[in-house]
Amino acid sequence: MVQLKIPVVQNILQANERLAAANRQRFDELGIFAINLMSSPGAGKTSLLEQTVDGLAGRLRMAVIEGDLQTSNDAERIQRKGVQAVQINTDGGCHLDGNMIQIALDALDLKDLDLLVIENVGNLVCPAEFNLGEHEKVTILSVTEGDDKPLKYPLMFQISSVLIVNKIDLLPYIDCDIQKIRDHARQLNPHQHIFEVSCRSGKGLESWLSWLEAKVAEKRKNKA
Amino acid sequence: MAVGDFNRVQRKGDSVHEMSIAQSLLEIVLEAGQQHQLKQVKTIRLQVGEMAAVVPESLTFCFNLISENTIAAGAELEIENIPVVARCSDCGTLFEVENLSFICPQCQAPALELVSGREMSLLNIEGETGDQNGSVEDTGGTEHPAGQ
Repeated sequence: MVQLKIPVVQNILQANERLAAANRQRFDELGIFAINLMSSPGAGKTSLLEQTVDGLAGRLRMAVIEGDLQTSNDAERIQRKGVQAVQINTDGGCHLDGNMIQIALDALDLKDLDLLVIENVGNLVCPAEFNLGEHEKVTILSVTEGDDKPLKYPLMFQISSVLIVNKIDLLPYIDCDIQKIRDHARQLNPHQHIFEVSCRSGKGLESWLSWLEAKVAEKRKNKA
Repeated sequence: MAVGDFNRVQRKGDSVHEMSIAQSLLEIVLEAGQQHQLKQVKTIRLQVGEMAAVVPESLTFCFNLISENTIAAGAELEIENIPVVARCSDCGTLFEVENLSFICPQCQAPALELVSGREMSLLNIEGETGDQNGSVEDTGGTEHPAGQ
């Protein structure tokens, strides 16, 4: 019996990384700006999407990939607004991965698109480890979840270039220190863009929409 | 397009993400094991960054489950924790990130470059071939270029 020691220096998630890179290339070739929208369940991903769809109507052409454990309710909510939406049911899986996005992309008409929003499964842990090929990672944290969340889920907040703090209309009724959220998020990612919004009242949403528009314009310029 | 045209992406028992990670790990281990004609994989050495969203016990549990009836069944996962180290964007100081603060202890500037802490890498595997002589071989450390 020969004992062998075999060096296999490899990123365990390299198969996913390869698929993500292929998706990214596809976005770049088509001049599509893609974001990966993440949060815990109930933080307001789909509400933000609905507001974003309404706010960008006539300004940007967008499509949506919806990840969910079960049901296609979310995709239906978006489709009712006349936007292309594809649902991925992960069937219990806690995150989307590069392969699922590749398959979903084939179900969308990607011609003449400006913006693709991928709504990940509600979860602050797992989606952080799986790149999908997106250009920016966007995390939503609602103030009702508590101001300790950035430090409890550091990876998610560290890798997200944008943090949207949602439900700020509820601040008068709860014990949440929004300054703490800002401080802790910046401590993890000093250059993070932070938008404070209420999807219910619409407050703060315009600066988020303008940021998306600027990013899309940048992408288009790079393609041209 | 209509909902329902595209509905289900089939996954194998993928209810915690450690399961997908274990699955990817098993694929790499089996491929390397086959290449080197191992009959049994004994040890699998990994590096996992302290910032990686992986619970080592959960990864080990999932790996034990899915490696049954393969050459990696019963293999021991040796997981080395890698500390979170960042480099200051201004003064270039390397520092270990404590209390999750990515602010340079020297000049207080933000450190945007994560030098280590997100690793999720396979380093090497050890196992036995079916050959009959009793020697121990090391296949050397240079034949595979380092991954990311």
